[in-house]
Amino acid sequence: MGGSILGNRVLRKEDPKFLTTGGVYVDDLLSEPALVGALHVTYVRSTVAHGNITAIDTSDAASMPGIVVVLTGKDLGLEPVPSAFNPAATRTLLAIEKVRYVGEPIVAIVSNTREQGEDAIDAVIIDYDVLPALIDLEEAMASSTLLYEACGSNVVFDSMVLGLPDNTGDAYFADCEVVVKGRYLNQRVAPCPLEVRGAAAAWGKDGRLTEWLSTQHAQGAVAPLAAANGVDPSMVHVKTPDVGGGFGAKIGAYPEELLLGVIAKRVGKPVRWRETRSESMVGLGHGRAQLQYVTIGGKRDGTVTHYQLWAIQDSGGWVDMGTILAPFMTRPMSSGVYAIPNIECRTTSVVTNTTPTVAYRGAGRPEATAAIERAMDMFALEIGIDAVEVRRKNLIPKFMTPHTTVVGQTYDVGDYETSLNKVLDAADYKGWRAKQKAARDSRAAKQIGIGVSVYVEITGGVGNGESAKVEVLDNGHALIYTGTSPHGQGHATSWAMLANEQTGIPIENIELVWGDTDLVPIGTGTMGSRSLQQGGNAVFAVAAELVNKAKSVAARLLEASEEDIVLDKDSASFHVAGTPAVAKTWADLAMAEKQSGGLVHSDVINVSGATFPFGAHVAVVEVDVETGKVTHIAHTACDDAGKVLNPMLLEGQIHGGVAQGVAQALLEEVCYDPDGNPITSNLADYAFISAAELPSVTVVHMETPTPINLIGAKGIGESGTIGSTPAVQSAVIDAVSQFGVKHIDMPTTAEKVWAAIQSAR
Amino acid sequence: MKVTITVNGTTHQSDVEPRTLLVQYVRESLGLTGTNIGCDTSSCGACSLHLNGESVKSCTVLAVQADGGTVTTIEGLAKDGVMHPMQQAFMENHGLQCGYCTPGMVMAAISLLDENPSPTEEQVRIGLEGNLCRCTGYHNIIKSVLACANNK
Repeated sequence: MGGSILGNRVLRKEDPKFLTTGGVYVDDLLSEPALVGALHVTYVRSTVAHGNITAIDTSDAASMPGIVVVLTGKDLGLEPVPSAFNPAATRTLLAIEKVRYVGEPIVAIVSNTREQGEDAIDAVIIDYDVLPALIDLEEAMASSTLLYEACGSNVVFDSMVLGLPDNTGDAYFADCEVVVKGRYLNQRVAPCPLEVRGAAAAWGKDGRLTEWLSTQHAQGAVAPLAAANGVDPSMVHVKTPDVGGGFGAKIGAYPEELLLGVIAKRVGKPVRWRETRSESMVGLGHGRAQLQYVTIGGKRDGTVTHYQLWAIQDSGGWVDMGTILAPFMTRPMSSGVYAIPNIECRTTSVVTNTTPTVAYRGAGRPEATAAIERAMDMFALEIGIDAVEVRRKNLIPKFMTPHTTVVGQTYDVGDYETSLNKVLDAADYKGWRAKQKAARDSRAAKQIGIGVSVYVEITGGVGNGESAKVEVLDNGHALIYTGTSPHGQGHATSWAMLANEQTGIPIENIELVWGDTDLVPIGTGTMGSRSLQQGGNAVFAVAAELVNKAKSVAARLLEASEEDIVLDKDSASFHVAGTPAVAKTWADLAMAEKQSGGLVHSDVINVSGATFPFGAHVAVVEVDVETGKVTHIAHTACDDAGKVLNPMLLEGQIHGGVAQGVAQALLEEVCYDPDGNPITSNLADYAFISAAELPSVTVVHMETPTPINLIGAKGIGESGTIGSTPAVQSAVIDAVSQFGVKHIDMPTTAEKVWAAIQSAR
Repeated sequence: MKVTITVNGTTHQSDVEPRTLLVQYVRESLGLTGTNIGCDTSSCGACSLHLNGESVKSCTVLAVQADGGTVTTIEGLAKDGVMHPMQQAFMENHGLQCGYCTPGMVMAAISLLDENPSPTEEQVRIGLEGNLCRCTGYHNIIKSVLACANNK
């Protein structure tokens, strides 16, 4: 024992449970006393993409075995609720008059068993007056058919309403020697946490609602639940069981979850709901879905002087969080890692008859990075200079004091060229270029492509800090209460490491409490790669303050002056300097404080802003030019997340992020037919990436601490996703650029790659 | 229908609906919720468990098909509080994050090594193609399985 464990590969405290009995997810709450006798809720969803509901007949369904009641929005007296992002758009939580995407919930069936509810779905007869389905973004912008008449347009948010200027078109590039244009689709993808959505609701005798929710942010669900149930927020208690992944899609509470309390009250019993995967693929929010018009201009020597981006964001059938990611996440990051003196970026968010879009791992920043990185590649190709050299020429030089880009975003610290150099070395970039040349010279059927990306992103942009409470129990063990919401990130281990650093209490004696709004009323949850730099930071600060409190107690017990008390972290005990033999343990101090409120400290610790992790990725692919099939053969990632608390967890976040980024570049896309019928609505049809389609990832470490928080940490949850997608897409195009191919939209499937080769040849 | 199924060493006689899936049986009738359900098309493998010594996706097996059979779920792997080497390998190599795919992944991985005790990385990747994970990018899962194979 002895010394700090920060920076070590500490194994996860939470793992033995997951590995031996499995986590306790919301659907596993079989013995929860408050849910004994719970009925099951099954939602009947729209089968048309756009239409007016003309009739709903629930009578046949209501008479089926085990059916308790079948409820429409009218039966429940639901009133229209405005969107938080454009209040002119309103909807009822169950569609009453109009449906706007396949999968929108219309009717709630309450049954004794889940199977009985599923059996009754087809017996609910819903008549529609079908309206034209708007699936294509640009068609929706131009159409006179409106999803939300009160908005007056299918454009529901534009950066110009924020007072930002419109793009000025081609005139902007008048002084450029070289101008390259592109139209890139950052396609719609499905977040696909392995655990689908689920929730349960029960009313207590005290009139309070308890809702168990698979969420990334329990505290954020309180207000919408209170509003949906017509009660004061103090009457709502949200509990978060283990959560089987979220990736941004479980940040906000959904209609199916908000209605459970209303339904439970109606039937006078607790209720449970868990969607099927096929429902989840249309009901859980989607990600990305951004069409990008890009123009880049500059000099023949490789200097980029002008960049213009028009990001058209698909909001889907409701004005949800996806709407505001383009203006508030893509636009601020449009400059990327480059010192481009002239940038214009307009964003336009449009509703369509598709599943609403929400945050998905990266949430607006992958789109910004993909656009600028693709533009850099096309610019390099046009002037015939290696894309790495063009990037290098335009990088913002290393800065250790804040740097503000021309779009007005201030980055904390950055050293982009070092990350680029490190990743090129580790990936053997030159070696791969030589192999590529050999394959080209021999006209091999399998050609090699190499893609490089350099990125910067924004993390911890959500919330200005976080709550933490550290309490020492009579036995000397500690409880940490955090406002973050782990669902795979390992906070139980990381937060214990931070508390151990301050208190010396061994991590096996520290437990984490989260996601219970009675126990942790203040919290901003886990999203936007914020947890360590805000939540961990708060634990670190609060634990330090608790040590100060403990010293005053020890001083009293040891009849010494507080300044003379030292904490020996190895033995987790306090003594007077110079006399270690007479010591007071944490347990002694906790016992001493028992009558006066306990040995506990809590606070909300603010941080002064977001952080801007950066890095560079190199992807290598092999493309069979006869079939278009792409094989991803090597991936090297250098992601600088500042000070590293636990390298094992950091690497895990990078690996997972890379896989999701690669999935977008190569395989995954949510597709609709022209009538708005989803054709990727289960895991057999949606190309969820598997182990067989990925290489192992080489992680290159680099640490540039941020001054923004006490730990020096930035976020790492999304970096891998942001860096990998453009590198892989670029690699695929690079493999076939010899045939004259300049761009292939994602996902770069065999079909698309083959077609691109054919049309270029 | 009456079935007799031995699960994790205990023999259960139960009355099940003909359409009851094996995964529903272990979860709902026996309360063994370690086995998870991740899809409805037998694509994700979260429900993988061992039936008569082989990994199966228990959402694709009817409980009545397991009549007279022997089932092992994640709860039945550890012996006397000591984890199975595969569980240990997942822990040591950070082969799990949210934990949802983990029970199925561990069961499938054990079966994989039973069939091929010394697989290559590629063989493990292909062998686990039917078990999806959204958190780990599979990197540390593959590492865990290879570590377990090498420790044997």
